[in-house]
Amino acid sequence: MSPLKIKKGATSHSAYELRPTFSDKEEQHTLAVLVENEPGVLARVIGLFSGRGYNIDSLTVAEVDHLGHRSRITIVTTGTPQIINQIKAQLGRIVDVHKVNDLTVEGPSVERELALFKVVGTGDHRIEAIRLADIFRANVVDSTLSSFVFEITGTSEKIDAFAELMQPLGLEEIARTGVAALSRGSEN
Amino acid sequence: MTKAMTGAKMVVQALIDQGVDVVFGYPGGAVLPIYDEIFQQNHIQHVLVRHEQGAVHAAEGYARATGKPGVALVTSGPGATNAVTGLTDALMDSIPIIVLTGQVPTFMIGSDAFQEADTVGITRPCTKHNWLVKETDKLASVMHEAFHIATSGRPGPVVIDIPKDVQFATGKYTEARQVETHYAPQVKGDMEMITELAKAMETAKRPVFYTGGGVINSGPAASQLLRELVAATSFPITSTLMGLGSYPASGDSWIGMLGMHGLYEANMAMHDCDLMINIGARFDDRITGRLDAFSPGSTKAHIDIDASSINKVIKVDIPILGDCAHVLEDLLNVWKSRGRKTDRENVTKWWHQINEWKKIDCLSFKQEGKIIKPQYALSRLEELTKKYDRYICTEVGQHQMWAAQYLGFEDPNRWMTSGGLGTMGYGFPASIGVQTGHPDALVINVAGEASWLMNMQELGTAMQYRLPVKQFILNNERLGMVRQWQELLHGERYSSSWSESLPDFVKLAEAFGAKGIQCHDPDSLDDAIMEMITHDGPVLFDCLVEKHENCFPMIPSGKPHNEMLLGENADVANAIKSDGAVMV
Repeated sequence: MSPLKIKKGATSHSAYELRPTFSDKEEQHTLAVLVENEPGVLARVIGLFSGRGYNIDSLTVAEVDHLGHRSRITIVTTGTPQIINQIKAQLGRIVDVHKVNDLTVEGPSVERELALFKVVGTGDHRIEAIRLADIFRANVVDSTLSSFVFEITGTSEKIDAFAELMQPLGLEEIARTGVAALSRGSEN
Repeated sequence: MTKAMTGAKMVVQALIDQGVDVVFGYPGGAVLPIYDEIFQQNHIQHVLVRHEQGAVHAAEGYARATGKPGVALVTSGPGATNAVTGLTDALMDSIPIIVLTGQVPTFMIGSDAFQEADTVGITRPCTKHNWLVKETDKLASVMHEAFHIATSGRPGPVVIDIPKDVQFATGKYTEARQVETHYAPQVKGDMEMITELAKAMETAKRPVFYTGGGVINSGPAASQLLRELVAATSFPITSTLMGLGSYPASGDSWIGMLGMHGLYEANMAMHDCDLMINIGARFDDRITGRLDAFSPGSTKAHIDIDASSINKVIKVDIPILGDCAHVLEDLLNVWKSRGRKTDRENVTKWWHQINEWKKIDCLSFKQEGKIIKPQYALSRLEELTKKYDRYICTEVGQHQMWAAQYLGFEDPNRWMTSGGLGTMGYGFPASIGVQTGHPDALVINVAGEASWLMNMQELGTAMQYRLPVKQFILNNERLGMVRQWQELLHGERYSSSWSESLPDFVKLAEAFGAKGIQCHDPDSLDDAIMEMITHDGPVLFDCLVEKHENCFPMIPSGKPHNEMLLGENADVANAIKSDGAVMV
């Protein structure tokens, strides 16, 4: 067998991360997974979750480094600490995965989601809808005499709250992007 | 200087560059250009199997017996789907194999073309990694990377799907040294953790080494270091099915295989130990039994190269991520430099306890009358073949467990069995792979008649390539393990678990031009086995055995290690409670 050249920054785990956490309580974690932008890489990640019975609460993916050929997958998942550790370890052993960061435990992070809301109505409902949109700092990106499309950005909770308020005001359709997240501060 | 060549030639060139000397395969429309290149060279031997499943199992057998990656070559569509069982088997048992599949030309992909299947989609969950190569220029680098990925870290199967137009087209050949990879799993263990384990070894009163297939996968150095560590500490050592041979069965500290059909003393030692040192095993459900009662009082250390194996089912106190050989070397050095201390007094007491358990003699059986007991057949096989450097394969079922119990393994890479997936039909093609890697060795496949029939077509392969594999079939005309479980938990209703219309195995052998031997008499068994061993060519040995023998000892599902069923007098009718019955 002929050896290959090993690139710098190859994946490694610290043994200390493998210490067990004894709890049966379910937690929600946001994982940032940096992957090689190869065909099928998303299928590998999703297949891991469905094949091993893990939950996906939210998933976003897009290329983040065109020259470096890297995509970033942000996954929000729920499980006991042992399951969360399993998920991270299982993600880490996918060959196309470069790095797995657990933003929930690795210090503070910011999480945002973008959503589009189609609200149909006239009269008081229409006025109330635009008043609430203003309070939530949602923008109107499309308008007809009987409808609005609002664009709103924020945490998932904020978008859930906005959806609840819009429901009685003629909410027809929602499109959500899922969560994008980054750690706070200068370090990545 | 980069060379230009066709994709098909690149495949063969890359195999040669990677040191491959044999490929197991079956041709078809989508791999014809590669077969044409194989025809025009003399570096690589091609072994034509009779079914693609056989090709993959043969590659697995070759890999396990030689320590080198195995290679299989199959066509698109049905060729690829027939390879899936072997790929899953190799994934479960961490066996490095490279499977090359043909694919319809790139411009026809997605059109439901003749013999088209979504091979990378189908094999994604049953490979360590896979590729669909759409450009000839990338083919050589993918080939080289595939060998690297299959063999580094936790080994496993990889698939390269190659469309036919990519095989015909000409591109630039990339040498292995030009290929860059980011895949480099950590092999050195954390020194603080290793020191923690060394300290635990110094004070342990009831330690046990629990070793697995990882030691064998790590290479001969790991087995050597393990033997040194065991000799220096005198701690008892047990092993999983996959790890047999890393420590010799004749060694002073050997207490036998553990697990569902493991030895009483090994399972009791696991249950009562105060320090469990898991080296390259993965707390499989065949090993642990009931999880909440698994070795309740022990500190557990776990050495594994795969982070996802650590704390997956059993929480461990000392996790060490790394390759077995690297970690064992560091562990030995640390333990020695700290003064080679163990609690000799208490470890001696512990050995007294283990020797008490050994007195139960859990593998004892009585060979009486004119019917051969399967245990007797394997004891005689052991006695008559142990002087050879022999290679043993098995199929799956009772015979597999009896082989593990009654045959002794002195060295690694001598035992090829489907552990994780439990694939009936594995052993015969695997034995062909083993014999291909070791043409002059004694290679025996211990089989059951039902498993053996699952890939019996490979008798043609054995004959064609003059591979003198010995098929030692324990014929009880039953699916023995299924029958045993039906006796234990389905009220002795033997639903579809006996084999009617079995072939005459002697005539079957002769139909292929091989030698057939039938034996039903305990008194003539030795002579028949010797006839099998000394015959220069493939032998089908039909050993007619007791039909209703059960495999003991056994930990019934849902039970902890210290509640084993032992032999003849076991209360089998009430062994498994309803909560255990749902488990497999």
